[in-house]
Amino acid sequence: MPLYLNEDQTMLRDTAKDFVAAEAPVAHMRALRDANDPTGFSKELWKQFAEMGFTGILIPEGDGGLGLGHVEAGVVLEEIGRNLSPSPFLATAVAAVEALKGTGHAARWFPGILAGDTVAALAIDETPKFTGQVSLAAERAGNGFRLSGAKRFVAHAHVADLMIVAARTSAAGASSSGVTLFVVDPKTAGIEVRTERLADSSLASHVTFANVEVDADTVLGEVDQGDSPLGRLLAAGRTGASAELVGVGGGAMDMTVNYLKDRKQFGVAIGSFQALQHRAAHLYSEMEVARAAVLKAQQLLDAGQDAAEAVAVAKAMTGLATTLAVQEGVQMHGGIGMTDEFDIGFFMKRARVLAEMFGDTNYHANALAEASGY
Amino acid sequence: MPDTDLDQFRAETRAWLEANCPAEMRTPPKSEKETTWGGRNPEYAHPDQKVWLDRMAARGWTVPDWPSAYGGGGLSPAETKILREELKRIKARNPLNSFGISMLGPALLKYGTEEQKLEHLPKIARGEIRWCQGYSEPNAGSDLAGLQTSADDAGDHFVVNGQKVWTSYADKADWIFCLVRTDKTVKQAGISFLLFDMASPGVSTKPILLISGNSPFCETFFDDVKVPKANLLGTLNKGWDVAKYLLGHEREMISGFGLGGAGKDPLVEAARKGVDPILRAQIALFEVRSKAFAAMSEKFIDELKAGQAHPAQPSMMKYYGTELNKTRHELQMAAGGSDALEWESEDSHQGAAARSWLRTKANSIEGGTSEIQLNIIAKRILDLPS
Repeated sequence: MPLYLNEDQTMLRDTAKDFVAAEAPVAHMRALRDANDPTGFSKELWKQFAEMGFTGILIPEGDGGLGLGHVEAGVVLEEIGRNLSPSPFLATAVAAVEALKGTGHAARWFPGILAGDTVAALAIDETPKFTGQVSLAAERAGNGFRLSGAKRFVAHAHVADLMIVAARTSAAGASSSGVTLFVVDPKTAGIEVRTERLADSSLASHVTFANVEVDADTVLGEVDQGDSPLGRLLAAGRTGASAELVGVGGGAMDMTVNYLKDRKQFGVAIGSFQALQHRAAHLYSEMEVARAAVLKAQQLLDAGQDAAEAVAVAKAMTGLATTLAVQEGVQMHGGIGMTDEFDIGFFMKRARVLAEMFGDTNYHANALAEASGY
Repeated sequence: MPDTDLDQFRAETRAWLEANCPAEMRTPPKSEKETTWGGRNPEYAHPDQKVWLDRMAARGWTVPDWPSAYGGGGLSPAETKILREELKRIKARNPLNSFGISMLGPALLKYGTEEQKLEHLPKIARGEIRWCQGYSEPNAGSDLAGLQTSADDAGDHFVVNGQKVWTSYADKADWIFCLVRTDKTVKQAGISFLLFDMASPGVSTKPILLISGNSPFCETFFDDVKVPKANLLGTLNKGWDVAKYLLGHEREMISGFGLGGAGKDPLVEAARKGVDPILRAQIALFEVRSKAFAAMSEKFIDELKAGQAHPAQPSMMKYYGTELNKTRHELQMAAGGSDALEWESEDSHQGAAARSWLRTKANSIEGGTSEIQLNIIAKRILDLPS
């Protein structure tokens, strides 16, 4: 399979590009922020995403979805990134869908996701830096389990219809990690959600579980075998976040290159200065390499091949490239880049949040090193 | 071609490679001497180099995507990609390193007459003629179009006079593809592209000792060298177009250095033996870029074959790949410590690590410096003003 978008994927990209730019440009995000919007995204826009078919991209045809893959989901995510559109798309239509797919929970939640009515939250992280640690306890109690512990950096928790929770049901052993995933109603007694605004004006929550009783049928997959759905969730989430990062970095780069052409100092466009040309060209190279790494991971996931290395490379590389893009963006814009009125700073903030999501560059570089035996 | 046919091609290719790639050719070359270059006076440090070259050449697989009429394999882009993947899978060495394949061949295919193609391409494919590149001159480096080597019209032939420098392996090459000035009144529009035999009277070469202690580059002198007019590639005074087209392919080839060599990755091997945590982190972050660049190379080649690559994209590949390769060797030297410093010992394969490290410093100079590539990206891809 050639490593570029096929005809259908290119058409989808063009559609997504036009749609997101028209319906959810950066101004849309700015307006939500200025209004101190308590939801964190526009519910109308989420409905529109459903009408466009986007929310069903990864849902199998048998379940009423489009049965497409991570390349197609990434095409949409790149435009979300480029326009900084606040959306539950990554957590709900990508990561949660991948975890729910093929389980008994799919029938319960997929119709709402397809309709743009349902939003999912992912309660995975426990530490400020993602480590993969799962210590939130799930003890057997009666016919179900009792959850105790805390999660953090949970997007959409305050408005979600379902929350996927990674919990520890037994100690890690040779044959199992002892982790189990639960699909929980966020309004269950004992769950406390404390929502905080982040630097990029998105909302994320600290979620505390105080002896939360859940039924056995909330288990996603098998008890103690949560690694499998959690692995799918994380692979999809990382690849999706990488695609969004390519959009953020690409958007920042395009904006910056345009500024270099327009802005005049010393009587000429500043883009004629070699010092800036070389930095812009270096940035272009980094972004191209990052884009290729993401497409490789998406294609391997879609082909059902081992994608662990490619996914780690994609998340690590997009972290490096997009971090450079937003830093060069602010610097090359000069003083205006420091103003809230101008958009480039938003790209820097969004990139920082995405860089932390599901493990940052260092986390994944370390994972690659361990997988290579050093 | 349907996927089932491609699956069958993969199975057949895998079986053929299993049967025909000698075991020794699935290990990394121990030194530069084990690189196969072919030519009229081929040098083989190991006998299997010749076996491997002859077997691959017989199938046209030294140049799998060239037409079979010119010694190629006649494979489609999809088949070529499968062959490349299968070669990589068994960690096979490149059967033939050749400027004829990576640089001149594509230019001949695009600009050559039928006679020129039939004359030169099959010999390149079989590794019978080794080519060198006469581009840079003492006063024409980054400003290549300022070259002064002249070719004067003498009826049925040209008379070539002047000097080239940085001519890789000129002392070992059989033929040269050479940029010459056929009009002194204009710059780019006065350049022509000639092919001639290095055994022609008036050609002499002088190897240059480099910081690596090796002499892969030469000064090349032309003193009234007669070159038949039939050896002009492309149109008179339009050689700059051929030169630039060829440079694109040269940059593509050089960018491949960024992928590292065949076989086990020596950097990862060194890291496994144990390095300090800071070096380990540097290696890990390097591996992120290196693996991402491998995806980029795959994407670039796929886009190139489909005619979708930006014409200046080889500059990006060359820039990124060579900077990456320099970093790789810096890290290998750091990981190797004093072992990597040995210059002549048997254990060090005559200083292979140190000499390779120094050799890589030329990567970001040859074929257009990194700075020239960044200029090209800025102007032709990003459309930044002059």
